Amino acid sequence: MHKEAAIREPLILGHKTYHDITEDVCRPIEDKAPRMWYILFGIALIIGLYGVGCILYLLGTGVGVWGLNKTVGWAWDITNFVWWVGIGHAGTLISAVLLLFRQKWRMAINRSAEAMTIFAVFMAGLFPLIHMGRLWLGYWVLPLPNQFGSLWVNFNSPLLWDVFAISTYLSVSLVFWYIGLIPDFATIRDRAKKPIAKKMYTILSFGWSGRAKHWNRFELVSLVLAGLATPLVFSVHSIVSFDFATSVIPGWHTTIFPPYFVAGAVFSGFAMVQTLMLVMRKAMGLEAYIHTKHVEYMNIVIMVTGSIVGTAYITELFISWYSGVEYEAYAFINRATGPYWWAYWMMMTCNVISPQLMWFRRLRRSLLFTFIISIVVNIGMWFERYVIIVTSIHRDYLPSSWSMHYPSHIDIGVYVGTIGLFFVFFLLFARFFPVLALNEVKTILKSSGESYKNAPDDHHPAPTQVANADQKQNQTGNSSDLIAKVGSADASTKDDLKKLSGVGPAFEKALNAIGIWSFEQISKMSKQEYDMMDGLTGKFPGKAEREDWAAQAKELMNANNK
Amino acid sequence: MADKVIYAMYDDDDVLKDGAKKLVSKGVKVTEVFSPFPIHGIDPIIGIENTRLGIMAFIYGLTGLTLATLGMRYFMIVDWPMNIGGKPNFSYLENILSFVPISFEFTVLCAAHGMAITYFLRNKTLPGMPAQNPDPRTTDDRFVIELRTSENSQFTAKELEAMIKDTGIVELDQKDVA
Repeated sequence: MHKEAAIREPLILGHKTYHDITEDVCRPIEDKAPRMWYILFGIALIIGLYGVGCILYLLGTGVGVWGLNKTVGWAWDITNFVWWVGIGHAGTLISAVLLLFRQKWRMAINRSAEAMTIFAVFMAGLFPLIHMGRLWLGYWVLPLPNQFGSLWVNFNSPLLWDVFAISTYLSVSLVFWYIGLIPDFATIRDRAKKPIAKKMYTILSFGWSGRAKHWNRFELVSLVLAGLATPLVFSVHSIVSFDFATSVIPGWHTTIFPPYFVAGAVFSGFAMVQTLMLVMRKAMGLEAYIHTKHVEYMNIVIMVTGSIVGTAYITELFISWYSGVEYEAYAFINRATGPYWWAYWMMMTCNVISPQLMWFRRLRRSLLFTFIISIVVNIGMWFERYVIIVTSIHRDYLPSSWSMHYPSHIDIGVYVGTIGLFFVFFLLFARFFPVLALNEVKTILKSSGESYKNAPDDHHPAPTQVANADQKQNQTGNSSDLIAKVGSADASTKDDLKKLSGVGPAFEKALNAIGIWSFEQISKMSKQEYDMMDGLTGKFPGKAEREDWAAQAKELMNANNK
Repeated sequence: MADKVIYAMYDDDDVLKDGAKKLVSKGVKVTEVFSPFPIHGIDPIIGIENTRLGIMAFIYGLTGLTLATLGMRYFMIVDWPMNIGGKPNFSYLENILSFVPISFEFTVLCAAHGMAITYFLRNKTLPGMPAQNPDPRTTDDRFVIELRTSENSQFTAKELEAMIKDTGIVELDQKDVA
């Protein structure tokens, strides 16, 4: 068993058992949905349906309903596309990159972050599709034989690379996510009482039974998929940035784009994860699994990627001057001081300044502050794409054709609609799917759970058990002294001693062996009895006193009587 | 002799691992282990070999790379050498830079999906398959060792039981199978 340094904060708070984890995650699925869920779902659904209406109107009428003009031929559609793809980067980064780096804190958040990713990429994929105008001819992006036209699709074009990158990313993330979900669906299946739920989860869980060989394959598949998904994450947003970087528009054709876009994507993705996770942990009572430490880790990622993005902005500015190309220089001067100055400074404030506040430990551990910053960052990242796209083209080479971009209500409706649809999907996910990777969280309980971390020797019970057997014979006389003080008990009045902090199954057996069975006995203990007990069990001297078992036992007795 | 299945249930993964070690060292054959999460280190104890799915993933990836290369070479070089700025595509190697992204994406696509499909088929975990775990709690907090009397004919059922009881179990279950 992998051991963790004691100074590391535990990842699972409280004294959870394996069963507690199952309970905590499954309860929100099995209980009736709270009223708040219905209200939020209703709002999201209405907004989403409005967006669908706008899309249908667009498809029926034509792309002309967008506020584009001859000069600004690309605006909200591609902005929203890049924004959503960017948000969709955190999930796979968390589950793949952090898996390769063996970061255990990922386990509490990877499932929902990846769900978030998949839904965000759905939303992103909508924009190129509706941008085609004639959606029903969308299959023309596939390499089809020539009777569909005189040419193949152009494999030199970054737009076609995008088709391959996004579809690969979406389908691979989906498979990765689903393979992890199967064992958890099996858990829900085995607990389900209602026949319909049982049936549904039986289908979803693919007949998973948890055989040793299956787990062996499961672990390898997860690892290999993580290995494949890691370069995939980086490639996807690099390719998205090629849409701009391979063009000859000043402000777009910069070689810094791929790393800068990838960092920006991770930055906005983690911000979205924070927004969702802070609400979800509260609403679903998962504070023991997703706590301040997780939030802090994510804030550090936001700080680092935000700093990369900030560096990239400043590098861009410097290079536009250093290149000596006046068109390039003008593109950037125009961004900062032209008619879109407000968008530029909005982007600068939200993306460069706000993550720097995370250097303060108090701020990055504050949940309210994190929530606000996470929304600020996503607003900033939307403006980043808007600034890059619109301000670079609205004043082109010919001043007579300079113009501004004003979004039409369809532009706005489609964008807001995708936000609604995204939350429809996410709320459905939170209602019917296990939002925490049950099987993964259970694997870290012993190395990173609070109650186990404090008892580092409790991991391998068998050898100590043998030792106890010897001790027991030598010390039966002594243990009767202890029993005389605290009162006798036997297996019939047995309490679950594992509920005391620092007691695992093996320690419980050791206690039983010396005649300690119930909370009542422990509640009567004080310094002297503790010392006797420590001598008898030969384990963790001083632990019971430090943790004040007597008080704990009294509380547990009260809880039992209720 | 009727074959009997014995299920030894534990409430802790380490206890199960030590128990399995003990049983195997006495010559007992452990048929299967069911657990709610992977127990690291159980495979060599009960004689499960490492999966070869990784090799398959590599082969699928190579297949994808080959297909992408052949396809793009045919589309862009052989069938219709697109002429961009007076520079027609006459050689795959000289134009390879444009083909890197899709070659990579297609390699990943084939490796990931090929491996996932193989994984489902080898596990026989497919939509709608019935669950086969002996107890519904094995997906929650029960860890189960499955033994078969037919595979341990050198011991009587009583002896097996006695050995199992010595390993810190919490429950023992038996089932006759035809």
